[in-house]
Amino acid sequence: MVQMKDVTKIYDSSGTVALDGIDLTINEGEFVFLVGPSGSGKTTLMKLITGEIRGTAGEIVVNDFNMMKIRMRKLYKVRRTLGIIFQDFRLIENMTIYDNVAFAMRVVGAKGKNIAKRVPYVLELVGLEGREMRFPNELSGGEQQRVAIARALVNNPRMIVADEPTGNLDPVRSLELMLLFEKINEMGTTILVVTHEKELVNAFSKRVITIDEGHVVSDDGEEYYSYELE
Amino acid sequence: MSLNKGTYLIREGFRSIKTHGFMSFASVTIITACLIIMGSIALLTLNIDKLIADLESQNEIVAFVDENIADEEAARAIESSILAVGNVESAEFVSRESAMNNFMSKYDDRLMEGIDSTVFRHRYVLHLTDISQMAETKRELEQVPGIIKVNAQIEYADRFVRVRNIVSVISLVLTAVLTFVSFFIMSNTIKLTTYGRREEIAIMKMVGATNAFIRTPFVIEGLVLGVLGGLLGFLLEWLLYTLLSSSLMDSLTGSFVTLVPFKTVMLPLLIAYVGIGVLIGVFGGNNAIRNYLKV
Repeated sequence: MVQMKDVTKIYDSSGTVALDGIDLTINEGEFVFLVGPSGSGKTTLMKLITGEIRGTAGEIVVNDFNMMKIRMRKLYKVRRTLGIIFQDFRLIENMTIYDNVAFAMRVVGAKGKNIAKRVPYVLELVGLEGREMRFPNELSGGEQQRVAIARALVNNPRMIVADEPTGNLDPVRSLELMLLFEKINEMGTTILVVTHEKELVNAFSKRVITIDEGHVVSDDGEEYYSYELE
Repeated sequence: MSLNKGTYLIREGFRSIKTHGFMSFASVTIITACLIIMGSIALLTLNIDKLIADLESQNEIVAFVDENIADEEAARAIESSILAVGNVESAEFVSRESAMNNFMSKYDDRLMEGIDSTVFRHRYVLHLTDISQMAETKRELEQVPGIIKVNAQIEYADRFVRVRNIVSVISLVLTAVLTFVSFFIMSNTIKLTTYGRREEIAIMKMVGATNAFIRTPFVIEGLVLGVLGGLLGFLLEWLLYTLLSSSLMDSLTGSFVTLVPFKTVMLPLLIAYVGIGVLIGVFGGNNAIRNYLKV
């Protein structure tokens, strides 16, 4: 769950106002697209949710954690409730697919027995069974992104946050990936997908939050994404 | 921490040492070299201190009794005033007769013909508690009624004290500089590891690893390198000291100077070497990873 009240983010170094008075709520179990042109503030909003940066003013609560007040060394608590996915997959090249996913469990202190049980299950869920011993560069882009999704899912997060997850994929793979997100959402995980791909958003009947120049310009579950890309 | 997690972190620490074999070797070498320099200076200081102590026990001050006090009983009466001077450890009375006999035994008897003991003064041979206070003690002794003159090899003692002080200052400065250099090199070696694994670290942060968990392998890496450097430095210092002292002792045969035996400083030195190695390693590792933990 994400709650933002009057959130402002001004970057110290440049003085750029990235977000200005953002109000939004994402409830448990929702599937939300966050859209907007380049420089609109999408990534800043993402980073505020994951705790990579801190807001300048306002209130931000993510999965019951106050993100304006949380100490840096306590951030791991929020992150364990989130599954974060990036456009460039961010897999570890010299680890097998299995290890890439198991790594995420290992670093949060999971027991070997649980890792051995959970990793194959998650890999099967994303459709990568039989590829466990391959290395990332032996897989296609779509498959690599599935590994990243498996890694995000493996610790059973309350919410998946994906920043342009289809940016490096062709339309068919992108659609497949969205279907996978939909499946995960149906299992109860909240999904927030940041994207600027109009067709993709239009293909699904989900809530769409549009931001531009640091403001929420539309937020409704009924209308489809109608923002014209520049 | 579970056994599973513990072994994982330790294995990770050793993995990076292996991966950056050359840099690991370099940082161990640097720590070893720095420790040998520090240790050698410490041993030098220790030996100078011993030399000064030896000198203190050897070096005598002679206080001459006024020749007008011819009576031995009267001369002996001054002893209590001499012992009352601070810094005088012991005083031995030497009568003019025994002084003459002593003197005559060193020289040809024929030179001494016709000389009687009255040309000699009664005297006291003194030992001091603190050799560095010699000049002051000498002045005080000269104030004692009945003492006419005091002979002391002040320059000789002063020089050793001065050398010891200079060596102490140099060793302090050098130790500080070398500790910093070792720390810096250690930190940079481990920074290489952190750089090579920055993606992994970023992913660890992203999936919710604690800072302590991320830090531990790098601290272990530093710890292992530090301990290795410490042990190696200690062994080399041992070898060096043994070789040097045996050749020095050969040339010093017959003199009262002896060196501090390595055995007596072995344990404190080993503890200091490994301890400094551990500190440099742990702080170096910690410092290397610091910037990555701020996200």
